[in-house]
This record gives sequence, structure tokens and C-alpha cells, in this order.
Amino acid sequence: MSLTYHLQIVNLLAALLLLISFAMLSQRRIVGLITLFAWQGAALTLSTGLIAWSTGQHHLYYSAGLTLLLKVIGIPWFFFRLVKKLDVDRDVEPMINIPTTMLIGIVLVIFAFNLALPISQMSGTVMRSTLGIAMACVLLAFLMMITRSKAIPQIIGFLSIENGLFFAATSATYGMPLVVELGVALDVMVALFVLGIMSFQIRESFDSMDLKHMEKLKER
Amino acid sequence: MEIYWLLGIPVAGGIFLALWGCRRNAPEINALFSFLTLLAAAALTARIVEHGPLLVGGQGWFFIDSFNVFLVALTAFVAFTTSLFSRPYMRIEKEHGRLNDKRLRLYHSSYQIFIAAMLLALTTNNMGILWVSMEAATLATVLLVSLYRTPASLEAAWKYFILCGVGIALALFGTILLYFAAEKILGSGGTALLWTHLNGVKAQLEPTVLQLAFVFLLVGYGTKVGLAPLHSWLPDAHAEGPTPVSAVLSGLLLNVALYAVMRSKVLVDGALGNDMAGNLMMGFGLFSVVLAAFLIKRQTDVKRMFAYSSIEHMGLITFAFGMGGPVANFAALLHMTMHSLTKSAIFFAVGHATQSAGTQLMDGIRGLIKTNPTIGWGLMLGTVAILGVPPFGVFASEFLIITTAMHEHPWATPFLLLALGVAFAAIFGKVQPMVFGETELPKLPYQPALTPVFMHLGLVLMLGLFIPPYLAAWYRQAAQLLGG
Repeated sequence: MSLTYHLQIVNLLAALLLLISFAMLSQRRIVGLITLFAWQGAALTLSTGLIAWSTGQHHLYYSAGLTLLLKVIGIPWFFFRLVKKLDVDRDVEPMINIPTTMLIGIVLVIFAFNLALPISQMSGTVMRSTLGIAMACVLLAFLMMITRSKAIPQIIGFLSIENGLFFAATSATYGMPLVVELGVALDVMVALFVLGIMSFQIRESFDSMDLKHMEKLKER
Repeated sequence: MEIYWLLGIPVAGGIFLALWGCRRNAPEINALFSFLTLLAAAALTARIVEHGPLLVGGQGWFFIDSFNVFLVALTAFVAFTTSLFSRPYMRIEKEHGRLNDKRLRLYHSSYQIFIAAMLLALTTNNMGILWVSMEAATLATVLLVSLYRTPASLEAAWKYFILCGVGIALALFGTILLYFAAEKILGSGGTALLWTHLNGVKAQLEPTVLQLAFVFLLVGYGTKVGLAPLHSWLPDAHAEGPTPVSAVLSGLLLNVALYAVMRSKVLVDGALGNDMAGNLMMGFGLFSVVLAAFLIKRQTDVKRMFAYSSIEHMGLITFAFGMGGPVANFAALLHMTMHSLTKSAIFFAVGHATQSAGTQLMDGIRGLIKTNPTIGWGLMLGTVAILGVPPFGVFASEFLIITTAMHEHPWATPFLLLALGVAFAAIFGKVQPMVFGETELPKLPYQPALTPVFMHLGLVLMLGLFIPPYLAAWYRQAAQLLGG
């Protein structure tokens, strides 16, 4: 297969990533959100693996493997268990209604492409055009964090930001040095561990995972 | 060699204390590990003073020069005194039923890991590892902020986790951009993010990319410094967490985050050749100083008030670093030291004061000088010191910052003076009745741990009256490194 052929597949996967980001914005159920997150991880793994294969950057295989283990298997499994244990799989009520959120999302995508344009022109990698998509994924995940009031969707948004950043690193520079990537993965794991403990604590003292109850500490 | 001890001891301490659990001597062991860390830091400092900058390990994984070694020494010192303070303090909290054995074990273990993460952030040469350890330092303290498990402390911890997490995600993007610029010149692989390598080729780095990278790095790490308007996690985390944690967050973590910003600024200045980075820092710094000063006036919780005072001082330091040049950098480094020592001393005194009053609300704390004179004096002297009254050292550094600002950026001085004046009036007006007012408060039934308070204040007083020549030379060297 020729390089351009690979590139087209990578571009397709990038488009898929963006599509999943939008789907996450509109998803009302927590379980659906977790499934989408796993799919996002899968698209990321495939594209990283494909880039590694077509460019001969061997360290990217490790990143792809790490993504597969952590983001497609580990984290979704962890969340499914958490949701089951906490029994919180009800509809998540976003704070802004979904059509408005989607419209804001489209504006963000345009902004992201403009922001990424000067950088992607300088990049020497083969899939520099996807940098805009990576930026858009980051911003959409931000938007999701802002518009959700429940603890677990906020964390999924946070992890989805990390997905976008990871994709940005792969598409602009063929990934960060391996030590750094391992360190980031370690931090993500510790963060999940901390989150797991905290969600039980929150549940215990608020009797709910809705962060709307957390409005005591405000500057009056 | 010392560097491996420096990082190894707190990690070993964290693991050991997690296994040792809540047996009788855990607080003493915590202090012992902190003391060993301090010894390692002292040995490292002695070596740097004698032999100059040092690159250690493989391709230079660790880099220590006079800028970070002074922060390493400060971090290890305050970490040690805080562990001394927390020994009786946490015991009392346990007797009051606010903590149990399991939480104390978590506290001791996380405390050591937190110190290790900060020391790694300070000594690493790799900008990526710097990011990783900053995030690790946040994660180690999230569960400490929620240690009391009250609804308010959980809210504070959640806010801290989410805001700092998002902030630091922006810093990761900044780091990716930095790597993107570096990779073209240094080639891909592990060495392209090493600060010493980057510093060598900084003039060739692509300016537009670095400009964007710095904005992300400043906003990202700036969230952790507590720069306004990204500061909203800070007062909550400081007020709701246990006092020793407030002391190390305020005295140490904020410094380490600012250190990360400064390392990036040196690179960006070299690549851009203009004042963009400095101007941004001055703007953020000045805004923080003014906003925090006016918010101090409205506080009713004593720990919250001093948390806002930390935002004010970090803003002042950021402003001074933003001005750049040898004098302003010197003043900023001096102010960093003074703020760390004074603010942690204040938190120690405040901790005991709130224990004796049973509340953190300032209306409930009255007349400390009559019931608990040493705590009262500690709080009063600490407050006077942080407000910049001579002869304490904070006066010297603030004076230097303001005179430099008058000279180089006269437009900023009225704002600075106004903010400092407002903060002075607000804090002094609130602390005065707490110390001297009429009271029916009971006397503390135990001996408060005030040695650390007076040790810190003594150092601040000494540095205000007389800076030993070798120390001054050291600061000057570090200020030179930061350029501007």
C-alpha cells in the first residue's frame, strides 16, 4: 500500500475522532458516554499504529499499545464498574440544551482550525493537516466538561482532552519522547485512582454524584 | 549522587509510611524522612556552591544550577519544619475526632510523595518530566485537601482536581508545541526536551510556535501559581485542607509552579528576542495583586484570608520576574524565599489558633495574647512580617520590587502601592482583634508546636537585617541566569 493510501485512512480516522467528540457532546447517558470514550480510544490506537507502520517510527507502536491497554480496555472497564457500584446510570442533564451546545461546538471547530493553521504549515510530518482536528477535539472536550454537572461526565471530558492532546502530539511531531508518554500515562492512572476514591467520598457526603450540590464555596 | 538520595528518600518514606500505617511513631518517622531529605538537599547545595552547575545521569536527566538549588534547599527546609509542626497538630486533630488512623496514614504517605514530586519537578532537566511531576504533585495533594471528608472539603478538593487538571492539560499542549519547535533543530527523541539542550539552541527555535507555546505554558502552570483569574481553586483548597497542607501548598507548590514558568520564559525570551513573555507575566501578576488585595477585605475565614494574601504575593513575584533584569529577578527570588518562610509560619500559628478557638471564622478567634501568648505573638509577628513592615525581610524584597517598578514601569507603581496599602489595612485590621481583643477562649490544653514559627520568623528577620554575602552572591548568580 502506498503512503497516500495510508494517509487517507489516517484522515478518515481523524474525522471519526471529531465525529465521536460531537457524539459525546450530545450523549445523555453515562454508559453511552463511556462507550463513546472507548471508541475514541480505539480510533486513536488505530491511527497511531498506522502512522507508526507507514513512517517506520517504532516508538509509536509502544504508544499505540499503551493507548489500547489504557483507553480502550482499562479506563472504560473501570468506569463501567464504577457506574455499576455507584448505581448512577441515569440521564445526565446538561446545563445548556444540546442543540445550542452543538452550535457552540461548530464555532469551536472553526476556531481550532484557524489556530492550528500556522503551526501545521510549519510541520514536517505527513499528517499535519490533522492537527486542526486534534485541537478541535480538545476544545470540544472542554465544552463537554463545562456543560455537565455530574462528576463522571466531567472526568470523561477531562480524559477526552488528554486524547485530543495525544493526537495533537502524534500528528505534529510523531509523538512525545517515550519517557514523557510513560509519565503521562502514569499520571492518568493515578488520577483515575484518586477519582475512584473521591467519587465514593462525594457520594457518601452528598448522597448524589451531582456537583450542583457543591455550591457552598463561592466568593460572595 | 546526592540527587538520587534527595529524590529517593522521600519516595522511600512515602512507601514506608504507607506500609507502616498508623503505628505509634508514624509522625516521628515522617519528620525523620523529611530531615534526611533536608540533609541530602544541604549536601547537594554545598556541592553546587563549590563546583557550579551540575548535569547528572545519562544524557543529563537532572540539571541543577543556582536557580533551582536554592528552591530545592527552601523546599526541603520548609517540608522539614512542616513535618515538625504537623506532629503535635495532627495528633490533636485526631483527639478532636476530625481524623482517624486510616486518614493519618494517607496523610503521612501522601506528604512524602508530594515532597518527592516537587523535588523531581525542580531538579529534572526534561520539560516533559517537569510537567509529569507537576501533575503528580497535584494528584498527591487532592486527597489531602479532602482529608476531613466534610462536604466543603470535598468540594474544595474536586475544584482543585478539575481546575488544576484542566490547567495543566493546557501546559501539556504548551510542552507539545515546545517539543514541536525543538524537534526540528535537535532531532526527535528523548534529548529534544532537555532544558540544557533547548537553552543552547534557543535563538534558532521558531518564534511563532514558541510564542503560542508560552501562552499555553503560562496559563497552564499559572493556574497552579494561583494567578488571577485562574485562582479560584486556591482559597478553597487552602481553607478546607488541614493546616500543614495549607502551609506546604502555599509555601512550596506555588513556588514550584512559578519555577516551571520561569524555565519556559528563559527559552521563549531567547527565541523571540522581545518582551512578550515578560509583559504577559507583568499583566497577570499585577491583576492578581490588585484583585487579591480587594478580595482580602471581604474574607471572614482566617485561612481563606491568608490564601488570598498568597495570591497577592505570588502576583507580586510574577510581576517582578516579568520586569526582568538582574535587580527585579534578585528581588523576586528574595521575595519567593521570604514569602515561603513567612506564610508557612503564619499558617502554623493560625492552625493552633483555630484549634484553640474551635473555628476558622475570624469573629470567633479573639484575644489570643491573653490565653495563648506564644500563639498570639507568633501570629502578630508573622502578620507584621508578611505585610512588609521593616525590619523583616519581606520589606527589603518589596522595596526592591517597587523601586525597580518606579524606575522601569512607572505606570504600574500606583496600582502596586494601592494594592499593598489595601491589603495592609485589611489584614492588620482583622488580625489585631484576633490577637488583642477581649476573650473567653480557653487556653490550649497542650504545648503548641511553635518552634518552626519562630525559626522561620527569625530567618526572615535575619535576612531583612543582613543578607550574608555568599547568599547574596548566590541570588545574584541565579538572577543573572534568568536574564530578562
